[in-house]
Amino acid sequence: MTTPEPYVGPTAAPVVQHHILSVLVENKAGVLARIAGLFARRGFNIYSLAVAPAEGHARFSRITIVVDADSAPLEQIVGQLNKLVNVVAITDLAPKFAIERELLLATIRTEVDEQTNLMEIIAAANAAIVDVDAHAVTVMLAATPEACDALERTLEGFAEVELHRTGRVALPRLGKVTS
Amino acid sequence: MKLTGAQALIKSLEESGVDTIFGLPGGAILPVYDPLLDSSIRHILVRHEQGAGHMAEGYAMATGRPGVALVTSGPGATNIVTPIANAHMDSTPLVVITGQVPTSAIGTDAFQECDITGITMGITKHNFLVQSASELPRAIAAAFHIATTGRPGPVLVDVPKDVSQSMMDWWWPSSISELDLPGYQPTVDINQADIDAAVALIEAAERPVLYVGGGTLKSRASQQLIAFAERSNIPVVTTLMARGAFPDSHPQHLGMPGMHGFYTAVMAMQRSDLLISLGARFDDRVTGKVDGFAPEAKIIHVDIDRAEFNKVRRVDVSIQANVKDALIALDASTSPVKNLDAWWKTLRSWQADYPLTYDPPTSDGPLRPQLVIESIARASAPGTIVTSGVGQHQMWAAQHWQYEEPGTWINSGGAGTMGFGVPAAIGAKVGRPDRTVWTIDGDGCFQMTAQELVTARAERIPIKVAILNNAYLGMVRQWQEMFYDERYSEVYLSPDLPDYVKWAEAMGCVGLRATNPQEMKDVIEEANSINDVPVVIDFRTDSSEKVFPMVPSGATNDEIMVHPSQRGKRS
Ligand SMILES: Cc1ncc(C[n+]2csc(CCOP(=O)(O)OP(=O)(O)O)c2C)c(N)n1
Ligand SMILES: [Mg+2]
Repeated sequence: MTTPEPYVGPTAAPVVQHHILSVLVENKAGVLARIAGLFARRGFNIYSLAVAPAEGHARFSRITIVVDADSAPLEQIVGQLNKLVNVVAITDLAPKFAIERELLLATIRTEVDEQTNLMEIIAAANAAIVDVDAHAVTVMLAATPEACDALERTLEGFAEVELHRTGRVALPRLGKVTS
Repeated sequence: MKLTGAQALIKSLEESGVDTIFGLPGGAILPVYDPLLDSSIRHILVRHEQGAGHMAEGYAMATGRPGVALVTSGPGATNIVTPIANAHMDSTPLVVITGQVPTSAIGTDAFQECDITGITMGITKHNFLVQSASELPRAIAAAFHIATTGRPGPVLVDVPKDVSQSMMDWWWPSSISELDLPGYQPTVDINQADIDAAVALIEAAERPVLYVGGGTLKSRASQQLIAFAERSNIPVVTTLMARGAFPDSHPQHLGMPGMHGFYTAVMAMQRSDLLISLGARFDDRVTGKVDGFAPEAKIIHVDIDRAEFNKVRRVDVSIQANVKDALIALDASTSPVKNLDAWWKTLRSWQADYPLTYDPPTSDGPLRPQLVIESIARASAPGTIVTSGVGQHQMWAAQHWQYEEPGTWINSGGAGTMGFGVPAAIGAKVGRPDRTVWTIDGDGCFQMTAQELVTARAERIPIKVAILNNAYLGMVRQWQEMFYDERYSEVYLSPDLPDYVKWAEAMGCVGLRATNPQEMKDVIEEANSINDVPVVIDFRTDSSEKVFPMVPSGATNDEIMVHPSQRGKRS
């Protein structure tokens, strides 16, 4: 795998309320507990957290953490996180320099006669139907967190909805510096 | 070479340069105690695992080498949690090895199972659960590497019983890269731009102060500190964790800052226009109310741990480096400094008006605790090591003993762990057998860990314990007197229960008692003449004595309360 980018310093942009930390960790037992414990212990808030094997490499995982940069200075969060021995590299992505995506899955229970309305919503949101029967439809949306928010709000109009979101993952925008 | 995991563990400790282990065996760690019999490593059998942890800390703080403790699973492991937390707060290098139930039993609530890596995650620098015997050498080598490099701290290695019983092919990592720690980079190159920025601030400052913290001792930077301070003529304060880093007798030393700091040290920081923090961390016991702390001061913050920057106080220049390297770089870059005569004139007038003081002693007792400490200090050889518990006696020991060299003051600063004094003294004496080791202890603290004097006697570790017996949890009593309208709630202990002299004798120590200044002189002399067994002295001190100066909790340092005899001297 390629050498992970070293952390190069906090972003100057003070207006954003969330920040995305892409954290490369050793794939060891308890590493998620170490990170979660650190955030809890130090009073840092997490909006979302996603874990996956890193770049096809069994030794490392990539944890994408969306942090509340108001709950503590980003410099503190990164500095404390960096002290965890299993944390290999931290990339701090300011939202404007990041491509962020999130996956939403929702099952909407609705009889066939109401489904036309639903189909319009699905089409407008660029979502896909991934499962269907006479009483329900399951849709999927892989999009920006804002687009997922919008679909979630629209679906609130239906009586019975079961909805899951993964939390976002992110990568730096191409051709831009990542703070 | 085929070895059992247990043999490999002991051999790994030998390879790491360990000469002493503090510990106590039990089921899950039993296999490891067998090859210990064939090792050159000295094992000191404690009476409680908390004692093992604090001894390892005392050893580490006196020698600068990591302290090692070995305990069993479950209650053995939980008993050492307090020293681990203590070492974490004070950045003391420790390697703690715990037994664990066999890997197949983990997660089944087996006998004496406990998730000690989970429990200690937040209070260790790192911890390992070793999964196989062949991993043991790397885990032990990595534990020592992590504990002693960068910002030091405690590392715990949890060893399941089947891991120590199974066979492995002996190997030993020959380089740091073989430790396989891709996320651990303790060394940093100093950024010259930071040094230049710091130098510019130093050269412009009119009221600079060198704010010296424990990191100065950790990086063995005393010589460089003295050199830099003398060349720059900047006044020095040493925090509770840094006493001894700069000689108390040095004319540029203003003493200890903080809640019970010297008036001049506290006010120098408060009125300063530049604080040069050297391995200190702006602890609330030093800053008082942070909003009102040193309001005019710019901050240069030197620390090996980047996360300390801007944690409590915004810094103007941060230098990530160990203190020694930073001082060398600063000394090389700073041009002849500005004349600080006006600043020194102010400082000298504060020193003249508000020296450390206490009520005059009476000839018929009870004893003034400050006098007891000064008398022991006068009667003891230079280089004597002092440990303490936590409370009033600790503050008096930090104030009234003159510390002249690193490693002579050993206490529990960040955690404030009562009971630290006696076991820490034992560990210090084991590490520095050439030195006299005194504990200045409280009666409350003594009762928490005194059983380790049995260890000291059995292992021929002749420490000296001065109990400042004020019959109270004195520090709590002081707060209740001053801030809770003298409503004393659960702080009285009794001077006679237990009988400390008989207790000392029952533990094989010499027990002595002093109730007035003449007896005090006699027993100190007697104690200093005994070098084969531990000595315990019950000094009957005045219960109503309070520690001054004092910055009340939550107040700014401007609200410092001096000794009653000094009040109203000046506004
Ligand atoms: C383990 C622990 N429990 C409680 C406290 C709170 N505490 C701080 S000082 C103190 C009193 C200590 O009494 P003693 O050892 O007699 O010392 P003195 O203050 O009387 O000199 C107490 C209870 C503590 N620091 N540590
Ligand atoms: Mg007491």
